[in-house]
Amino acid sequence: MAAGVATWLPFARAAAVGWLPLAKKTMPKPPVDNTSRSDEILYVNVSGVRFQTWKNTLDRYPDTLLGSSEKEFFFNEDTQEYFFDRDPEMFRHILNFYRTGKLHYPRHECIQAFDEELAFYGIVPEIIGDCCMEEYRDRKKENQERLAEDTEANESTDAPLPPHSTPRERLWRAFENPHTSTMALVFYYVTGFFIAVSVIANVVETVPCRPPKGKVKDLPCGEKYDLAFFCMDTACVLIFTFEYLMRLFAAPSRCKFMRSVMSVIDVVAIMPYYIGLVMPENEDVSGAFVTLRVFRVFRIFKFSRHSQGLRILGYTLKSCASELGFLLFSLTMAIIIFATVMFYAEKGTASSTFTSIPASFWYTIVTMTTLGYGDMVPSTIAGKIFGSICSLSGVLVIALPVPVIVSNFSRIYHQNQRADKMRAQQVCMHLCFQTHLDRDRDSDSTALCVKNRSAFEHQHHHLLHCLEKTTNHEFTDEMNYSELCMTESVGFRTSRSTSLSSQQGAQNNSTGCCPRRVRRRAAMRLANSTVSVSRGSVQELDTLQFKTTTIPHQTRSSLNAQPDNLKLNCGEQDFTAAIISIPTPPANTPDESLPPSPAPIPGILRNTQATAYTHESFKISSL
Amino acid sequence: MTGCAKRCKQGLIKFALTLHKLVTGTLNKDKADDDLEMTVVCHRPEGLDQMEAQTNFSKRELQVLYRGFKNECPSGVVSEETFKQIYSKFFPHGDASAYAHYLFNAFDTGHTGSIKFEDFVTALSILLRGSVTEKLQWTFNLYDINRDGYINKEEMTDIVRAIYDMMGKYTYPVLKTDAPKQHVDAFFQKMDKNRDGVVTLDEFILSCQEDENIMRSLQLFENVI
Repeated sequence: MAAGVATWLPFARAAAVGWLPLAKKTMPKPPVDNTSRSDEILYVNVSGVRFQTWKNTLDRYPDTLLGSSEKEFFFNEDTQEYFFDRDPEMFRHILNFYRTGKLHYPRHECIQAFDEELAFYGIVPEIIGDCCMEEYRDRKKENQERLAEDTEANESTDAPLPPHSTPRERLWRAFENPHTSTMALVFYYVTGFFIAVSVIANVVETVPCRPPKGKVKDLPCGEKYDLAFFCMDTACVLIFTFEYLMRLFAAPSRCKFMRSVMSVIDVVAIMPYYIGLVMPENEDVSGAFVTLRVFRVFRIFKFSRHSQGLRILGYTLKSCASELGFLLFSLTMAIIIFATVMFYAEKGTASSTFTSIPASFWYTIVTMTTLGYGDMVPSTIAGKIFGSICSLSGVLVIALPVPVIVSNFSRIYHQNQRADKMRAQQVCMHLCFQTHLDRDRDSDSTALCVKNRSAFEHQHHHLLHCLEKTTNHEFTDEMNYSELCMTESVGFRTSRSTSLSSQQGAQNNSTGCCPRRVRRRAAMRLANSTVSVSRGSVQELDTLQFKTTTIPHQTRSSLNAQPDNLKLNCGEQDFTAAIISIPTPPANTPDESLPPSPAPIPGILRNTQATAYTHESFKISSL
Repeated sequence: MTGCAKRCKQGLIKFALTLHKLVTGTLNKDKADDDLEMTVVCHRPEGLDQMEAQTNFSKRELQVLYRGFKNECPSGVVSEETFKQIYSKFFPHGDASAYAHYLFNAFDTGHTGSIKFEDFVTALSILLRGSVTEKLQWTFNLYDINRDGYINKEEMTDIVRAIYDMMGKYTYPVLKTDAPKQHVDAFFQKMDKNRDGVVTLDEFILSCQEDENIMRSLQLFENVI
């Protein structure tokens, strides 16, 4: 059931009759309602499709185009209907929003078209109902990512060289985009070849070759033909060093270049050779030297400059970092639990391989990943039972994040494919996307300011006013309430006020209660307080202004869409109260004729002449 | 002892059923089916002419009222929960559920547990277009929680407390705990003419008619619709 409060307001106001016998004072005058009560049918023509609806339906949301006087701009006198040159299919959804209070997102529509229609009709996308919100958000995010990628791709260095570029810039371009010049292409392939040669050499030099004459044992080829391998290694390292130095020279920002991943890989790939040259042929350090040679395998990562697929894989892993992290964390937890259990289960057995809990880690990992080497096997029955539970749970835990990673990879891969396709149709696309981006940016910052206060708000405030009169207390907010509690207990009254009106008010009232009220008013104006405040005789209307950044302004639609979030209790930090006061002539205050009442405040209120209230501003908002 | 054994047996049966559902894999499906089988209560109001005769509204006004009502409650009835939620929206500062409960009972003249359009319109007709006596009678009915024809202090205290609850915690001046009681005492001081501790309908109407403020205020709500 769409809880549209506006319809129930008349009934709530009628029910206020029940407060009358209890009220000690007369009720304030109700706001004058000039709108005619008779309902009429409006005709809305959207590109030829005629829609008809009650005027009341459209008036439900006065902060939108159709609910405000803005629609008069589209009124066609000849045909006596409102004509919009927009998509009638989309308009159906918009109109349904007015009718039911819920905005639905049609799945078959393009997200951008939908957003544009919403922006045109002045509807905030945040009020999309829960049923469609997730889909909307997903599509929107996907679209934004796509646009960001496309702009990035288009801004990339595929544009032709600026005419006056230094040799350094040309060199950098040559390195980054090999297919721009023949020399760069040649260099690209040469380095690729040498990377391959270097990696193969690393691999082959460990293969056992036939022993030379006179020896029995098999020798690894690296030691048999060590001169040949050394020459090959030297050549590769020379090429790599040359390439690295060239890139360093050509890089527009050397610090940034040195910190980039590829440059680190380059350094790690060539350092072992130089360290090996420098180090003496000492038995002690040769062990360390050998381990350094391991780093030569990092040369294989240099291939990622040449292979797009590798880059995609790397990017996928980076974007799935959170899922991978979760996988790792849950695995660690499971490993620790099972290792502990297995250790204690197998503790009693003699000659058990489960010598300690860390030793059991190995067993747990091997079992959970369903490897099952068999080097550690439980022998007790309890151990076997827990071992089987361990292997079953391992399958489950590992299977969980995998689909996420896979879907991420496929999404990125397809995006890359698309990017390649689009590079073929460069120019026109570039222009189109620029305009799209501009429009997106504009629509995000559109703030809809409606200057009219709705009749609904007037009436609602009147109702709250009546309640105040009945109970002889007023609404205030948490901050002032705590202040009041403090001052009441201490009995200390000061009159600190910063605004003109409150100063004037202070002059008019000499009794002790007023300073509190005056200070309250001043504090209200300055502070970010919550909850609305209403005054007594002076007709001040309060509105609450939402300060969230995502929602430019809240309308009554928020009342309808999210009934649960509207408890405007003092705990909420998002609201600021703006005080609006309408100066009323003193003759209007009905309190003049009242007999003295137990609470001293209202009597004093009388004297605060409203003339001083000349402020300020107000945004609209609604409750 | 027998109660304990019975509960144990029931628990065992429930456990066995759950185990069975777990094994056969039908743990959650039944609940959804149950929900679908629940009947949807629907109510249609009596004819427009009849209602026009019974209330003080014109046909057009009834049409507007019904369209709004039907839009909010397609099923044609308002339950107490919904009523409380709606009413609470107008008083976000405090807790309107207690007063909404009394209001619901006042609207639901037939004590059916839900408000239909006829109840809605009848009450509105009295409140907005009725005579002074009718309005006061409706208010008396609201205050008389147990519908025995008398308002005693407890009932009045409940009502007044409910009204004060709607104000919320943060009021100015600070709400004292005996404020409702004082209010009730003042009320009885005024209304209870023969000092017998209860207020009857006649006393109520008489006292209200003597009070100018109340009379004046009653006129204010005429133009709500």
